[in-house]
Amino acid sequence: MTKIKLADKAVELIKGICAQFNNQESELINVLHQVQHKLGYLPAEVQEVIAKELNMSVAKVYGVVTFYSFFTMLPQGQHPISICMGTACYVRGAEKVLHEFKRQLGIEVGQTSVDGRFSLSCLRCVGACGLAPVVLVGEKVYGRVSPQQVAKIIAEYQEACVNPQTA
Amino acid sequence: MKKIKLNIDNKTLEVPKGTTILDAASVVGIDIPTLCHMKLHDMNIENKPGGCRVCVVEVKGRRNLAPACCTEVAEGMEISTHSMRAVNARRTVLELILSDHPSDCLVCAKSGKCDLQEMAQNMGIREIHYQGAQSHYREDTSPAIIRELDKCILCRRCETMCNKVQSVGVLSTINRGFEAVVSPAFEMNLDHSVCTYCGQCVAVCPTGALTEVDETGAVIRALSDPSKTVIVQTAPAVRAALGEEFEMEAGTLVTGKMVSALRRLGFDYVFDTDFAADLTIMEEGTELLNRLGKYLGGDKNVKMPILTSCCPAWVKFFEHQFPELKDIPSTARSPQQMFGAIAKTYFADKIEVKRENLVVVSIMPCVAKKYESSRDEFAVNGNPDVDYALTTRELASLINISNIDFKSLPEEDFDQPLGESTGAAVIFGTTGGVIEAAVRTAYEIQTGKSLPRLDFEELRGMEGLRKATIDFDGTPINIGIAHGLGNARQLLEQIKAGESEFHAIEIMSCPGGCIGGGGQPYHHGDVEILKKRQKAIYSEDKNKTLRKSHENPHIQKLYEEFLGAPMSEKAHHLLHTKYFDRS
Repeated sequence: MTKIKLADKAVELIKGICAQFNNQESELINVLHQVQHKLGYLPAEVQEVIAKELNMSVAKVYGVVTFYSFFTMLPQGQHPISICMGTACYVRGAEKVLHEFKRQLGIEVGQTSVDGRFSLSCLRCVGACGLAPVVLVGEKVYGRVSPQQVAKIIAEYQEACVNPQTA
Repeated sequence: MKKIKLNIDNKTLEVPKGTTILDAASVVGIDIPTLCHMKLHDMNIENKPGGCRVCVVEVKGRRNLAPACCTEVAEGMEISTHSMRAVNARRTVLELILSDHPSDCLVCAKSGKCDLQEMAQNMGIREIHYQGAQSHYREDTSPAIIRELDKCILCRRCETMCNKVQSVGVLSTINRGFEAVVSPAFEMNLDHSVCTYCGQCVAVCPTGALTEVDETGAVIRALSDPSKTVIVQTAPAVRAALGEEFEMEAGTLVTGKMVSALRRLGFDYVFDTDFAADLTIMEEGTELLNRLGKYLGGDKNVKMPILTSCCPAWVKFFEHQFPELKDIPSTARSPQQMFGAIAKTYFADKIEVKRENLVVVSIMPCVAKKYESSRDEFAVNGNPDVDYALTTRELASLINISNIDFKSLPEEDFDQPLGESTGAAVIFGTTGGVIEAAVRTAYEIQTGKSLPRLDFEELRGMEGLRKATIDFDGTPINIGIAHGLGNARQLLEQIKAGESEFHAIEIMSCPGGCIGGGGQPYHHGDVEILKKRQKAIYSEDKNKTLRKSHENPHIQKLYEEFLGAPMSEKAHHLLHTKYFDRS
């Protein structure tokens, strides 16, 4: 496996989060949550640091990361898009909405667009079934989304961010 | 302790509070079948994830069936272990497990020794009523262990051994649901992980998911090649266990029959690793005395304690996990590698055979020996000192392939000169044995006096961590012993913290030492088998005329004719090694 070297700053950040939880093995899930919140994802090198800090095997850390679908080892886009596939959203056409996002972004579920702007994932029920079908972009919730609205939602974020290549 | 009264299959009994239904049933002779459960009594090793549900029983008044392995008894419980409901559920569970298991029993390495296969037979399963998806996972081959996860039933016994017992932490269950597998971190292959190849995962795997790399074919080819001289060495623990593969009682010593079988297999010379064990004592014992002498003389630069270095899994363990301590273990190679080095120099010259035409095969209770023999530093121009390391189980397979009726074989003696050994060498096969052998020689060399006794009971036993102080004619020498890498870790942490009280420590990776090695006949969780093997080893020692390594006449001759003295330049070159930081 090719290894990337983590920036010292990232290592310090992870160590700090582990310390907040007293380097307790039993706090692994909380530590993973916090680290993913700060770094966006949990690559192998990050898991190695966590394992060392919590004095547990990296295989166990990896076991937990792969058990919960919330955790990801792949970098997320600047704007992570999640489509709810819960029962209510599904019967009201979430699959068609998902299909439209895939088509317009040219990526599959679990992937990130080439420009790093968007990533696509599915989730199960955000507790807003009255708004089905529901789409989340970052922390913003869109209700009663139809395939026709997809282009507009994407455009909102394309304008909002600066293209690093042209800026 | 509070007693609980209950009834199992119409038998009334009383057991201490906290007993599981499984253990309670066994008290009245009821053998509830289990698959994922494993309990090694006296060793404090237990695996009971309650995952397979094969042990379910019916408890009167309880809505659902109870898993016997992890349900504690309660006052007045009425249990049926073979009611129609329990039996049907058990069969359903088993059929579901079988529906996701390859049906290649006829050609599986574990056939006949597989817990799953045996259970399907015992339950009279003749048809699998479920046809669902089958899981598929890539095969992972390393220098010693093969992982074939299509055969894994997720019992997690390997995980318990790897993490709780050995504290190596390579294996963990990863992913979720149908995709779940037991794997190293990031699904890397074993040979990229910190795996020590101790093989304890193989020793407890109920199916063929974890097995050793089979090298019997390569050995058969070498034996039938007229241009090769093929010689064999047998480790001490093999003779105390090989008989089990031929339905002999555990603890039966089969040294003579084993030699006879090896000769019939076509080996040109049948030698003994015990010879090299005596040689190890000469080198390691001298090193111990040198270091001890300097230390007691006040030399601040000398590092204590000295640690044994016979066990390849232990060596790999400290190279990964305690690289900062790599100067502490003895530099002496293991007996297997000392034998190989002497065979391909001293002995090859003696019989005038070129190194390339001499094939050295070793029979080991161990799977890590396969890895050890493949280490680069144990080869000359790409030609390894030991060509093939077979397990005890592989030797049994070779004997079967070659139409040899093992039980009826006559007893024969090893060839000379590399077949002569003392009682000190044979006890290398059990925990406590290496250090006892070292004490017998070091004492006499150090004090110049004859030992008043040869049996050091204080060094023997099955406790995971032991210590004893031996009086070297006025100088007390503190000795520590650990078997199981989790126990070894405790001693290493002490050394790291500068709190170790010991002068010398013996470490063996496998519980029980080599008698419980990953390459031995499967014990299926019965620790009594290990104790019987240990007893056999000590009885062979007791029956030897010579019981101190330095009294082995062929060892004395080897030094006279070839090596000079222990720790000489030549001895250093051939019999010592160095360790690497693998962190």
